[in-house]
Amino acid sequence: MPLNLAPNFHAAGKRYLNAYSPGDDFYEMLLDAHRDLSDEQSELMNARLILLLANHIGDLDVLREALAAAREDV
Amino acid sequence: MLKTYHYPKFKYERPAEAGTNRLKHARAVVVGAGPVGMAAAIDLAQQGVPVLLLDDDDTVSIGSRGVCYAKRALEILDRLGVGDAVVDKGVSWNVGRSFFRDREVYNFNLVPEADQKRPGMVNLQQYYLEEFLVARCRELPNIEMRWKNRVISVNPGDEDVRLKVETPDGYYVAAADWLVVADGAKSPIRKMLNLEIDGKIFMDRFLIADVVMKADFPAERWFWFDPPFHPNQSALLHKQADNVWRIDFQLGWTADPEEEKKPEKVIPRIQAMLGDEREFELEWVSVYTFQCRRMAAFRHGRVLFVGDAAHQVSPFGARGANSGIQDTDNLAWKLKLVMDGRAPESLLDSYSAERTCAADENLLNSTRSTDFITPKSRASRTFRNAVLGMAGKHAFARVLVNSGRLSVPACLAESPLNTPDAEAFAGRMAPGMPMDDAPISIGGRPGWLLDRVGGQFTLLRFADDAAGDTYAELADDPIPVRTLTLTPAADPKGVAAHRYDARPGTAYLIRPDQHVAARWRAPTVAAVRAAVARATCNA
Repeated sequence: MPLNLAPNFHAAGKRYLNAYSPGDDFYEMLLDAHRDLSDEQSELMNARLILLLANHIGDLDVLREALAAAREDV
Repeated sequence: MLKTYHYPKFKYERPAEAGTNRLKHARAVVVGAGPVGMAAAIDLAQQGVPVLLLDDDDTVSIGSRGVCYAKRALEILDRLGVGDAVVDKGVSWNVGRSFFRDREVYNFNLVPEADQKRPGMVNLQQYYLEEFLVARCRELPNIEMRWKNRVISVNPGDEDVRLKVETPDGYYVAAADWLVVADGAKSPIRKMLNLEIDGKIFMDRFLIADVVMKADFPAERWFWFDPPFHPNQSALLHKQADNVWRIDFQLGWTADPEEEKKPEKVIPRIQAMLGDEREFELEWVSVYTFQCRRMAAFRHGRVLFVGDAAHQVSPFGARGANSGIQDTDNLAWKLKLVMDGRAPESLLDSYSAERTCAADENLLNSTRSTDFITPKSRASRTFRNAVLGMAGKHAFARVLVNSGRLSVPACLAESPLNTPDAEAFAGRMAPGMPMDDAPISIGGRPGWLLDRVGGQFTLLRFADDAAGDTYAELADDPIPVRTLTLTPAADPKGVAAHRYDARPGTAYLIRPDQHVAARWRAPTVAAVRAAVARATCNA
């Protein structure tokens, strides 16, 4: 399966009236997780998060694609 | 400054009771003649309640202030009799664009669905809305407006609420059966009653300016993140009536508000934004901060809080005035039923329950927008800029761009006033939802569904022909229910039947505020009565 670049945030059994709501839910979770961390701590947390999610995805073809998309324009 | 608008001065008249010991009795007193207070007064008056409306000033809002009026607010203003005036004078728009640095990264269109009377948003300076509402108040003989009447103390009791009122001709005391408090974010009455309002202040300042210019920019909302003309901050451009443009600049917390308001400081900022030599005039400039907070309950005995007095949100999303107008829409019919002894006082607690729920949704969305627009840490700024940087290319990132989630009505899905579905329905019109509009044709005349319901309970019934209405007797109930039958001829495009997932026999019980209370495939009269009882706390 190729890298999914379409909006994909969702929660089991939950209906959303506004298309932006599940993405906003995630973004709030993300910022909350970083709250009160120093810049160094945030960096470390981001690294750990990437490793956790990469392992969850597992498929090296998808991860290769994601790495390329992330690197673009940086 | 100020070229396009002449502020009216409303005539103060000496109240008969001023300077005397005579008590002014009133069934309902509304304090604050802003958009929300006047909406409350008009709604109550249209239902036959005499209203005393007190305001400590004698003119309208200074500067444009609340600018964006959303579809739901326009539908309510239609019912209050000023919808056309607002839409005719205002600037309708549906498209919003977001820019990151020098590129457009995202745009949205608020009305993907056709066949609704009102546009997604209308921009209009708050002073115009207030002027139209004042004119409407004057048309209603049961509204008594008293300008330059300042409430200086409040004494809530079991039987009434006593207000001490200061006028240029001395004091008087008003005894209100019910008090609606619409005296704004700083709410002197809330303070007099020692009621708390909890939340947080955002550590940021914003410059807002009304600018008169001839410009061929389209009527769209343009929002910039980190633009070249205002690095590291945000900016917003909006068109209003009379070629007045509203411009917002994020300034940061350390900015000096008095310094930033000076024309020699403001004009270069605007020139840099416009990027050319076009001429413009400054009409009004202000620097503001904001808070996100609400009262724990909007009802305190006979005192009912509406609008900014009860809840405040960040301005991103136009959720202030729009939600305040929805407060009054929710409150007025309930207060009328309680005043008439046709519903218990607990119905007013449902006002608080439903509207605190709506306020929480507004607080959640506007706080999220604020966190995206004004990141407060290095990590959140990096995420924000990563989203913006990918939004041009990837659909998932576009959805995360948050320059304000614009006001949508509360859906009240959890309200105890709803009768839960017992049958299967598709579509959005679940109990608690505000009604979707649809083009209809009654007696051969084209019109709109929302213009035909509201102000009282309505049974919206879908049938093959108008005959066989077994619900007519409901019109004689203590809480009358009028029946509106939509036949295929009345719904020529089938839009209503589609939006309401209707088949012949399908019926919706609609509250006076145009929210769905219940729906069935073929209800008995008894089932409709039970749903009315439930929706009025009479069950």
